[in-house]
Amino acid sequence: MNVSAQPGAAPISTVLAVPGMHCAGCMSKIESRLSAVPGVAQARVNLSARTVAVTHSPELEEPDLVAALAGIGFEAQPRGDDLAPRSSAVRPLLAPLAVAGFAAMNVMMLSVGVWSGADGSTRSLFHWLSALIGVPAIAYAGMPFFRSAWGVLKRGRTNMDVPISIGVLIATGLSLYETVAEGRHAWFDGALMLLTFLLAGRALDAMMRDRARAGVDALLRQAAPGAMVIEEGGTLRWCASRDLAPGMVMRIAAGERLAADGEIVAGASRFDQSLLTGESAPVPGRRGDPALAGTLNLDAPVDVRVSHAGQDTTLAEIARLMEASTQSRSRYVRIADRASQLYAPVVHTLAAASVIGWLLAGAGLYKALVVGVTVLIITCPCALGLAVPVAQVVVSGALMRAGIMVKDGSALERLAKVDRALLDKTGTLTLGRPLPDPAIVVSLTAEEGAVCLALASHSRHPLSRALADALSAHGHRAAELSDVEEVPGTGVLARWNGQFVALRRPESAAGIASALMIGDHPIRLISYSDRLRPDAAEALARLRRLGVEPSIISGDNFAAVAQVARETGLLAQASAQPAAKQEAIARLQGAGSKVLMVGDGLNDGPALAAANASMAPGSASDVGLQAADLVFTSESLLALPRAVTAARASMRIVRQNFALAIGYNLLAVPLAVAGLLTPLIAAAAMSASSLVVVANSLRLARSIK
Amino acid sequence: MNGLLLLIPVALGMGLAGLAAFFWALRHGQFEDPEGAANRILIDDDQ
Repeated sequence: MNVSAQPGAAPISTVLAVPGMHCAGCMSKIESRLSAVPGVAQARVNLSARTVAVTHSPELEEPDLVAALAGIGFEAQPRGDDLAPRSSAVRPLLAPLAVAGFAAMNVMMLSVGVWSGADGSTRSLFHWLSALIGVPAIAYAGMPFFRSAWGVLKRGRTNMDVPISIGVLIATGLSLYETVAEGRHAWFDGALMLLTFLLAGRALDAMMRDRARAGVDALLRQAAPGAMVIEEGGTLRWCASRDLAPGMVMRIAAGERLAADGEIVAGASRFDQSLLTGESAPVPGRRGDPALAGTLNLDAPVDVRVSHAGQDTTLAEIARLMEASTQSRSRYVRIADRASQLYAPVVHTLAAASVIGWLLAGAGLYKALVVGVTVLIITCPCALGLAVPVAQVVVSGALMRAGIMVKDGSALERLAKVDRALLDKTGTLTLGRPLPDPAIVVSLTAEEGAVCLALASHSRHPLSRALADALSAHGHRAAELSDVEEVPGTGVLARWNGQFVALRRPESAAGIASALMIGDHPIRLISYSDRLRPDAAEALARLRRLGVEPSIISGDNFAAVAQVARETGLLAQASAQPAAKQEAIARLQGAGSKVLMVGDGLNDGPALAAANASMAPGSASDVGLQAADLVFTSESLLALPRAVTAARASMRIVRQNFALAIGYNLLAVPLAVAGLLTPLIAAAAMSASSLVVVANSLRLARSIK
Repeated sequence: MNGLLLLIPVALGMGLAGLAAFFWALRHGQFEDPEGAANRILIDDDQ
């Protein structure tokens, strides 16, 4: 590529998604490899978003960059507009948090002066300075709470933000009055500290959601976002899924997923429809047969004329079914809001009662109001605001390190309560892809293994890749081959030590298999089947011990499900349509059970959305990943009991946190009602209870391995 | 009292400077990639 020919051309910038990078080594490899490509001016990795931004000359094209990354073992996709990073939930909270923190520290510094005996004009000066810093800061940093409180109040409901807003506003108003009237106490410090702690809690909560969403987005980008389209004259052009239109002809290579529904116009192959229907056996398709979006082409390249694209596909049909079934989710009230629904009326009644009590006891209106405000401030749910998010952030961080992504905090709360688990078969209980029979892999001689590995590594066919992985894992080294040729639909042919060798589709075999031929030696038949995930039995036993009774619900045929049911010892329901899975969940929920649905396919989407909590493996379809609350990227099924245990541990800590926070209030409220509480004690009690809650939550990091 | 008149503006000024620096950082993309920033320190640039 001759880049220097056009030195004046303005550089353009491309963003590629690279889901596979995860460490400093990957970053430096990617950046230095891309910088070495002629025409690239700069490459900068964003590890949080798993993307790399490349500034390069216009004649350098995306496929060149993707190929450069593929050369060092990183899969990259151009980032489509529809997958542009959604706005982060943390960023809008950072500025208010910084302002509240700054103001709280400075006002606290002035307050310490007042507490340690500043008097007369000095105290008045300090109060005025505090008001000058505090009032604008409260107006700005309190906005997220005021807005949310006003939003629910308008609809006649209440949440945690209502008592917070009332407390902060009354404290600010009375402090202003105190300042003007040159009184003894002002509460700007308390109000600001409250906002700081609460914003910190919110920011943590948002951070957790951002992190999990980034992980799920990275997985979503791996799904085929388009297809090679054959244009008139036979040229091939890459076309994104949203630009596919009925009538176009797509060329689907072996191992590729279809981006749209259509009819096969050339070639014959077999298709893996397991994501769509749960059916594990490949379905043959030839000229004239329909082919569905989301299915995997197994054997040979085929040309497919698009009949439906985008919103008209079978995929979109299932998505519509899902939308109708998220009601149980949206009806769920988060534990923090439930607590505040009990807490807020009690607190407000208590404050009003103390005002009336002091008035009846003969105190002046001013004295009574001061006591009322002190009660409001001391009971303001500072530690309560931290109780839930801190615990959930710690748990989701620990789970993420174990390869389980939690999409939001309410998922942990719902997961903690489940007592039934429904598991899909293909891709969930099993790995969802054909793997070579281990007995046969072991029986290969070193020579056969070496040739077989060399042949298999020359193909991108899913069966070959699975075979190559298995052989490498067994310690085989690839032999040196010559004249290697991959014949689509047949296999890989080559010469080795002067003999003809091949790894090819067998002439006839039951099920999925490939044949290894070495010279005149007898042909070795390697059969493949979908296998249970590692540790499946152990994981199911642990679920039972946790009081969660698992069973299978699958769209696959009776015989295939029966075999897995025998291996795992679970009850099973076979040939379940998406709607039938939803009904099964509704039936269990009707009987009072809280259901965890674990599934990966499109056909599981509606069930994942309808269940009380849901999990999907990282290999799941887009729909599965989006519908599930938790996504686990490990192959082992032990992620299930681990997630349930972690969710229950977090709920235990949340309840302890509530007890601690309310305990502090129980100690301080009588003092406040009696009018004995100074702003100093209020500030100390508030920070102490918040710190204790945070410290208690941090214990979780150790309890989850 | 004279000391206060000097020290309080100094303290507030320093706080404000910190706040301004934070806002500058926020607006100039310093918080775009916290994970990457944490890992970048491990990259050897010597070669």
